[in-house]
Amino acid sequence: MVSLDFAAVLEQWPLLVQGIGATIWLVALAATLGGFLGIACAWARTWGPKPLAWLAAGYVESIRNTPFIVQLFVIFFGLPSAGVRLSPEWASALAMVINLGAYAGEIVRAGVEATPRGQVEAGLSLALTPGQVFRRVVVPPALARVWPAMVSQIVIVMLGSAVCGQISARELSYFANLIQSRNFRAFEAYLVATAGYLVLAIALRRLLLWVGPRFLFGTVWRG
Amino acid sequence: MVEFTLWDILRNLLLAARWTVALSLIAFVAGGALGLLLVLARTLPAGAVGRWAGRCVALHVEVFQGTPLLMQLFLAYFGLALLGLEVSAWLAAALALTLHASAFLAEIWRGCIEAVPRGQWDAAASLALTRSEQLRRVIAPQALRIAIAPTVGFLVQVIKGTALASVIGFIELAKAGTMITNATFRPFAVYACVAAIYFAMCYPVSAFSRRLERRLNGAR
Amino acid sequence: MVPAEPIVDIRGLRKRFGSNEVLRGIDLAVAPGEVVAIIGRSGSGKSTLLRCINGLESPDAGTLAIEGRPMRLDDPRAMRDLRQRVGMIFQSFNLFPHLDVGHNIMLAPGLVKGRRGAQGEARARQLLARVGLDDKFEAMPAQLSGGQQQRVAIARALAMEPQVLLCDEITSALDPELVAEVLAVVEMLASEGMTLLMVTHEMRFARKVADRVVFMHEGAIHETGPASELFTRPQTTELRQFLAALD
Repeated sequence: MVSLDFAAVLEQWPLLVQGIGATIWLVALAATLGGFLGIACAWARTWGPKPLAWLAAGYVESIRNTPFIVQLFVIFFGLPSAGVRLSPEWASALAMVINLGAYAGEIVRAGVEATPRGQVEAGLSLALTPGQVFRRVVVPPALARVWPAMVSQIVIVMLGSAVCGQISARELSYFANLIQSRNFRAFEAYLVATAGYLVLAIALRRLLLWVGPRFLFGTVWRG
Repeated sequence: MVEFTLWDILRNLLLAARWTVALSLIAFVAGGALGLLLVLARTLPAGAVGRWAGRCVALHVEVFQGTPLLMQLFLAYFGLALLGLEVSAWLAAALALTLHASAFLAEIWRGCIEAVPRGQWDAAASLALTRSEQLRRVIAPQALRIAIAPTVGFLVQVIKGTALASVIGFIELAKAGTMITNATFRPFAVYACVAAIYFAMCYPVSAFSRRLERRLNGAR
Repeated sequence: MVPAEPIVDIRGLRKRFGSNEVLRGIDLAVAPGEVVAIIGRSGSGKSTLLRCINGLESPDAGTLAIEGRPMRLDDPRAMRDLRQRVGMIFQSFNLFPHLDVGHNIMLAPGLVKGRRGAQGEARARQLLARVGLDDKFEAMPAQLSGGQQQRVAIARALAMEPQVLLCDEITSALDPELVAEVLAVVEMLASEGMTLLMVTHEMRFARKVADRVVFMHEGAIHETGPASELFTRPQTTELRQFLAALD
């Protein structure tokens, strides 16, 4: 008979709460900076000068075709030999930003490429600069078009952040590991953490789908 | 101490990469078979059984898409042990990756079936085909064409996913990277090689998937 | 009376797309306040000519000057300056879908002329009133009819206070019952002295409003003259055939 003891895990709830907070912090940072990086990449690949477009394509492809855990290890274990030493948390944040930036770049690019030519021409004919046309006319509707894909990707990056515990970044999975090392209730600890991730994923998806159309790209883009 | 050349590093990594390939194929094939069952369960006619099956599949997808693969690996590893089974990292990794892949593939294929216009079901039904004939002879062939590119694309996700099996002690490419790093103290070179090998495995698959997609769009 | 300096001066303009020569040497001078209707079959180069005047197409040969200042396509600042003086209305409206009507109008003046806040908003409301849409300031483009969208597009172009307005088949995408409301706005602008170049298929409107009609055929100006003469006494067989085909 299998006996489970969840009480032994749940009595450590302050650690779990701290872990959830850290995970939220990581994903908030990654989504914000990674989103901007993605837009910059999309610009480089569609409107940017040729060399910049190639550079962006190389970045996007190399990130999309390697595992996140290896990217994290390169940054955390590899960069110190180049003189860059980051704390586990900052290394995790950096890896997440770089990872999301590549995927977001590809997602936003699809939205930018679907922009009707007339929108750009209307912007130019109103004496806007190409940069203004891209930021004010092209990007907001492009984001609106691809927002569901963007939200999915942000959730995927959030779930991927569980790996950051492997370099001792103090996020949710790290604390699950800490708890099981104290009470030897590994299955229960990871099950509780997994439930935490599931709730986070559902909540994050709902939040972003709600926030996006209201505050990020219209109904009205003020400024 | 033995001095490791770059070739030594690369050779050992390549040997370990065989296990990455093996685990990827197992997860992809077994996950595909399970995913096929799941997606068939979802296309059952809307009766009591169909609704119930649909809900179960939706829950399976929600849980495996909404939780980290790493946690799924841990739960498979410690869960099997809890059941009193002799756990190997192999078995746990194959189980977790299979379940993980089945959820994603079921969801991809459901989208492909839904992409076939509703009128095709109606037209097939009006020709007196049974439900299973409608699916097999009319819908599936059309859905299959749409499904090939994203399915091949998902193989890349599976290959990258196997890197997490290193965490429960399965010795594949990423784990070999960590072990070699501990022996050589050259983390940057080793992990760069690891990344390069993953890229060499994944990029051709990505490019192939993109070509399939372009060809499909061109053919329309 | 001394004839005024032309506000738009086009000489020897040529443009080709691949092997297809769309404009084969266009000479056209437009006086301030003049209303010019450009007619012709589709593919005769009318729209390309208009798009060249706003720098949306780059000519292969010839010169183009607005208010005596030659167009310089390679100079972004000069182009922005030109586009502030030459507005354009498109067949497909091209309102920005993510902005409400008010912000569609205020975007460019805010960014280009630094006219923001209450001043910009007051101006936008004033322009909306002129096109008869005072109550649509907060509406989203998707909530408007085609005719209303096109009138907003006109207000948006006017907000930059252009000296010349280019209208590229602005009623072609509209349902027939919505054409009149847009043409009424254009007629109002014409009567107020706005310089207008319009590519149009509305012959009756061209006849009523235009000072001069230009008939384009195979990339060249084939025949030109006052509306009253051109429509009643066409000189060339091509124009006669074109007009006959319309009836």
